Amino acid sequence: MNERKIETKRGIKCRVLEAGQGAPVVFFHGAGGLLAQEPVLEALSRRFRVYAPEWPGYGADAGEEKLDDMLDFALHGFDVIEALGLDARPSLIGHSMGGMIAAEMACIANQAVEKLVLIGSAGLWIDAHPVPDIFSMLPFELAQVLFADPKAGEKLLTGGIDFSNMDALQTFMVANARRLGTAGKILFPIPNRRLSKRLYRLRAPTLLVWGREDKLIPLVYAERFRQLIPHAKLAVIDAAGHMVPYEQPEKTTAEIERFLAPA
Amino acid sequence: MKFTWFNLMPWPHLPEDFREKHRSVWVDIDSRLYDPAEGNRVYHEYMDQLEYADTLGFDAMGINEHHQNAYGLMPSPNIIAAGLARRTSRSAIAVIGNSIALYNPPIRVAEEFAMLDVISGGRLLAGFPVGTPMDTNFCYGQIPALTREKYYEAHELIMRAWHEDEPFAFDGKFNQLRYVNCWPRPIQKPNPPVFIPGGGSIETWDFCVNNDYNYSYLSYGGYKAAKALMDGYWETVAASGKDESPYRAGFAQVVCVAETDAEAERLYADHVLYFYNRCLHVNLGFSDPPGYRTVKTIQAGKLNQFRAENQRLFTQLTWKELVDGGYVIAGSPATVRERMEFMIKSLRLGTLFLLFQIGNMPDDKVRNSTKLFAEKVMPALRDTWPEWKNDDRFWCKPLETRVRPEESRA
Repeated sequence: MNERKIETKRGIKCRVLEAGQGAPVVFFHGAGGLLAQEPVLEALSRRFRVYAPEWPGYGADAGEEKLDDMLDFALHGFDVIEALGLDARPSLIGHSMGGMIAAEMACIANQAVEKLVLIGSAGLWIDAHPVPDIFSMLPFELAQVLFADPKAGEKLLTGGIDFSNMDALQTFMVANARRLGTAGKILFPIPNRRLSKRLYRLRAPTLLVWGREDKLIPLVYAERFRQLIPHAKLAVIDAAGHMVPYEQPEKTTAEIERFLAPA
Repeated sequence: MKFTWFNLMPWPHLPEDFREKHRSVWVDIDSRLYDPAEGNRVYHEYMDQLEYADTLGFDAMGINEHHQNAYGLMPSPNIIAAGLARRTSRSAIAVIGNSIALYNPPIRVAEEFAMLDVISGGRLLAGFPVGTPMDTNFCYGQIPALTREKYYEAHELIMRAWHEDEPFAFDGKFNQLRYVNCWPRPIQKPNPPVFIPGGGSIETWDFCVNNDYNYSYLSYGGYKAAKALMDGYWETVAASGKDESPYRAGFAQVVCVAETDAEAERLYADHVLYFYNRCLHVNLGFSDPPGYRTVKTIQAGKLNQFRAENQRLFTQLTWKELVDGGYVIAGSPATVRERMEFMIKSLRLGTLFLLFQIGNMPDDKVRNSTKLFAEKVMPALRDTWPEWKNDDRFWCKPLETRVRPEESRA
C-alpha cells in the first residue's frame, strides 16, 4: 500500500496507508497499531479505495497529548476523514479499539457514515465476562489472549523482535508505552466509555465480525452488540481469535466485501 | 541530620509459601489472608512503636499511603497521623504522603493536611507522591498516561488553596471548583514543608528542584543500588544553580542494630527475609502500565526485569546477599555507624527514613534495634553536615505554644 502524511485542522500529523479505487473505506486499527502486513486491507483495495490512518501515539509524529477522551478520539477520526478529502461518504471498519471509536463516530454523526464494520470491537462491558486486563500483561504475555494460535501470533505482534536483545527491547518498550499509553485514555481501567448509551442513534448498516475463539473480547460481546444494534449482522469466523483479520484474512475479507458491495 | 522512624505497617502473617501460591502482595492480594481481629492488635503495636520512637529522640514519625497491599496497611495515613498527633507532641509527623492525584477533589488533602498541621501544632511534613502504578492505576483506576498531569494539577490546587487569602475559582482539566476556600488553614506558613517521595521517575527531580521540595528516594534496594539515581538527582540540582543542601534529599533504608554483627543476623534475618521474599512479591505486570512512565524515564531505566527469562531468576534472596548488597544495614552499632556514614556521604543525604520495623519482626526486637540505634548510632551521625546546620527550609516549624495533649492527660 502507499503511504502519505496528512495533517488535521487541529494540527495533528499522521501517517495513512492507502490503496485501490472505488468507494471510500476507512480502516481504524486497534490498540496494537497497524502491523507490518495488512492482508485484509490489501485484499479490499481490489474493489475499494482503502485508507488506514494511524492513531496519534502510534507513529513517528507526536500529537497524542492532544487527545484525552473518547470525544477527542471520535472527532479526530472525522478530522482525518476531512483531511483525506474524500469525494463520497465513507464506510468505516474498526478493529478492537478502532471499532469502539468507529462506533462512536457513527453514533455521534449518524448520517456521516455509509456502512459500519466492527471487528472484535471494544466498547462494551459485561460484568460476568470481564475483558482481560491487557495493561497488566507483560509484552510477551499478550499473544496468549490475542490469537487463537498464540505461537504463530507472537511474531505478527512484535515483528519478530528478540526480547533478549536489550536495545530492541528498549525500542519496543518505548513504542509500546506510547501506543498503549494512548489507548489507555479510552480503554483503562475498564474499556467502556458508555458507548451503549449512544448505540440507539446508529443508522448505518452494520456488520459485526468476530473470531470464534476471541479470548480478549469473547463472542458474548458480539451478541451484546447485536442486541444494542438490532439491524446489525454477525459473521463469526472459525479458527480465529481477537486478531481475526490477521489470522483469517481471506474469510474476513470475504465477509466484509459481501457486506460492503453485495453482488 | 534528620532521622525519621518509618513504619510501612506490613501484615505479619503471610504464609511461608506465599510466593509460590500467590501472584502478588499488592492489588489482587487474597483478602482471606487478612484477619481483622489480629489487625486490631497489629495497628496498635505499630502505632505504639511510632510513639516509642518519639520518646527516643527521633526527629519524625514516618507513615505513607498504599492500597490493597499486604506490606502497607495504611490506605489512609492521615488516620494514623491523627492518632499520633494526639499522643505525641515533640517529633514531626511525616506523612509521605497522600497520593494527591487520587483525591476527588484534591482539596480534600489541603483540608486534611491543614487539620493535621493544626492539631499537631505545626509538626506536619507534607508528602505528595505521584503514587505507584499499583496504587494509582490498578487499585484506584487512574489512566496511566494522564496520572502525572493530574498530579501536577492537584499540586497546584492544594498550594493555591493554602496560599491564597480569598476564595477563588479553579478551572482545571480534572477539577472544576467554583469556590476554593481551605478551612482550617495550616499553621506553617506559607505551607508545611513538602516532601516528594520518588521511585525513580527522573522528571520528578526538576519538579523538586524548581519548588525547593525535598526529594526522597524510597526504594528497598538499599544505598549501593541507589548511587546512580541519587547522582542523577544531584546533577539536576547542580545544573539548576541552586545550593546543594543535603536536606534537599532523603532516602529510605532498612536498618537492624544488635550488640554484634552475628547477633544482628540471629535476631533479625528471618524477619528481613520475610519482607524481601514475601512482602516484595509484586506481580510485575502491575509495576509498569504503559503510559505511566514517560519515554524519557524508560530510556534512562534498566529493563532487565521485563525479560521473560529473568522472571525465573527473581527468587529467594539470602541474608548475606541483602547485607553485602546494601539492601539492609545490619550489625553492631559500630558496623551500622560506619555503613551509614558512608551512605549519608555517598548519597548526600540530610533526611533518613529508617525502617526498623520490617516484615514480621516482633515488637521486642523492633524496640531493641530502635533503642540501640537511638543511643549508640544516632548521636554520632547527628552532626554530619555542620555547614548546613542552620538550614531549616526543609523541616517543620512547630508552634512553641502548642497544646501537648499527651502531657496534660490526668
